[in-house]
Amino acid sequence: MLRTTAAVIAGKAARAASRVRGGGGSAFPGLVAERVDPRFLEHALADVREGVVVVTGTNGKTTTTRMLVALLRAHGKRVLTNPTGSNFTRGVISSMLKDLPLSGRARADIAVLELDEAHALKFAEVVAPSHALLLNVARDQLDRFAEIDHTARLLERLAGQATEGVVLNIDDPYVARSREVIPEGVTVRYFGLDASIAHRLPEILETDVRFAEEYAPPESGDGAGFLRPRDEREFDIVVPGGEDIGPVALQQRGLAAMINATAATTTARMVLGDAFSPGTAARALAQVRPPFGRGEVVDVDGQPLELVLVKNPAGFTVALSTYGSEPVATMIAINDDYADGRDVSWLYDVSFESLRGRGVAMTSGIRAYDMALRLQYDDVPVDAIEPALVPALDRFISAHRDEPKRLFCTYTAMMSLRRTLAARYDLPEFGEEAADA
Amino acid sequence: MPEIPQSESKGTIRVVHLYPREMSIYGDLGNTRCLEKRIQRHGYTAEVVGHNPGEPFPEDGHLFVGGGGQDSGQVRVEDDLERNADIIRSLASDGTPMLMICGMYQLFGNAFITVEGNRLPGLGILDVTTQGNAKRMIGPVVLETVVGKVVGYENHSGSTTLGHGQEPFGTVLHGFGNNGTDRTEGARTGNVFGSYLHGPILPANPGLADLLIGLAATRATGRPFEPEPLTDGVADEARGRQVRRLLGIAS
Ligand SMILES: [Zn+2]
Repeated sequence: MLRTTAAVIAGKAARAASRVRGGGGSAFPGLVAERVDPRFLEHALADVREGVVVVTGTNGKTTTTRMLVALLRAHGKRVLTNPTGSNFTRGVISSMLKDLPLSGRARADIAVLELDEAHALKFAEVVAPSHALLLNVARDQLDRFAEIDHTARLLERLAGQATEGVVLNIDDPYVARSREVIPEGVTVRYFGLDASIAHRLPEILETDVRFAEEYAPPESGDGAGFLRPRDEREFDIVVPGGEDIGPVALQQRGLAAMINATAATTTARMVLGDAFSPGTAARALAQVRPPFGRGEVVDVDGQPLELVLVKNPAGFTVALSTYGSEPVATMIAINDDYADGRDVSWLYDVSFESLRGRGVAMTSGIRAYDMALRLQYDDVPVDAIEPALVPALDRFISAHRDEPKRLFCTYTAMMSLRRTLAARYDLPEFGEEAADA
Repeated sequence: MPEIPQSESKGTIRVVHLYPREMSIYGDLGNTRCLEKRIQRHGYTAEVVGHNPGEPFPEDGHLFVGGGGQDSGQVRVEDDLERNADIIRSLASDGTPMLMICGMYQLFGNAFITVEGNRLPGLGILDVTTQGNAKRMIGPVVLETVVGKVVGYENHSGSTTLGHGQEPFGTVLHGFGNNGTDRTEGARTGNVFGSYLHGPILPANPGLADLLIGLAATRATGRPFEPEPLTDGVADEARGRQVRRLLGIAS
């Protein structure tokens, strides 16, 4: 116990020092605390008695985690989470340090932690999660994982670690097939798309070619939740054999956000059991603000400028089908730094045909010309190409001053463009948010 | 790029994408899209067909392309390749243009030796042998080739060695290439090209695309290739910027 207290003090000191130096959600304080007490995380979560929920998958972690936290808090739970998106164990510790008492034991009922696929497993080696929510497996950050089969194996191993319950995406074969490794006594629940929109599946899922036979989804069973949209942000969650939830209206538009809400709600129902209230859930989801870069709207001289983060084919395709339905002036900024993914091949796995009618006003970023070339092959007209981000933004805004605008960007392009926009317009502060959506 | 010419078609070129479901990763589908568009822009009719495992092999194709895949995808297509090996070999020796990327490049070689030492035989059209590796070779690439500088992105764990006298596709100016040691990349035998380059390789390197289309046009029509003058300013700029950036040449 003394060791943990010493670790808390050392970690808090490191956190204060790194904040003075201007560091945001760095992993450094967590590293310090872990040095002093290698079992720090285990101790910190020792009093969190109602569950430790790990949220992982390629797309939608940040949004889903926010929604799940909001759902649990609306039901009166004290929830510990890692809101800065430091989604690896040291980052989790760093983000906990601010509110941690000297005992080193967090005062919370439930922990909801967003972790990327590899770090979720590392975390599970230290603290066995009570619940795991597995969202999807998509091609992404290839430099790190190299193959989606490998990512699928990571998720499968994590699914086998949860002690009480696992929530799986029934439409994603990479995720749903992991039910086979879940030990007896651990509850499995599914979320997915209602049959009325099953035709949208090919655009958001990877084809699993590991097996010769076509993927056949399992029986959905008790406690499942299926998304049935009413429009771009209003939907119901159909609960077979139970009370449907809805209508739910989100602040964020689009299919991806609604799927995330369905996943979060299915998980909240599992964790809360009888205490879950459909009405409370719908009200809580309506209050969730979109995370940075997921449809955030900036007021630029009286006209909305929408910021949309894109980072892999499935994400870009869904973003285009969400936002492309209302054609507005469009700029696309593609960088290829490490956090963006260094390989831009994935742009050819996205169809840009929905932009053909209106065209693209500007392409920018390190790979501005590659983006323009990609658009040429889909016969999408491009007005201008300017690799330098800020000059491109200026030209884009001044050429389309009196109309709504939309900006699709990869992670580092988003960081730098948002910084520029924040300096000029009234934008809420943001911490160092994760590259993982 | 100019609009697709409205005049009468100069002929139909049939492009076969081998195993589009299993062997098309990291945007390799972009090669097929690029060929289709450029064939049309050159005034020909493009017919694109996918060949899937178990289907009758489209022997009447004029141009064959294949991409990379997951290990699992590779396993799915091996039987089909073996069943059609003689047809593919005779098409290749008859001068049919083919572009095989990454996993399909490996399968067009003599063999793939796994990390455990198992020898999986390939088609043997390219005299190359690939050794499975623990370490992946990942990153952007610049090559010097018969069509000038070529840019792309490699992502492979196999380390490939050329047989004696086997011509490479290019010389590595930046990146790993076949094995990270001898500065060769890919292989070329007649009109069959193998390479590790994703990117995808063809859109940013239209010279290579037109080389393949020209060969296919001759096969399809019996006449020499009659290209249209295409403006490739955006592709040239995209490629030029990568070359200067990766070779450290001030722009
Ligand atoms: Zn590859």
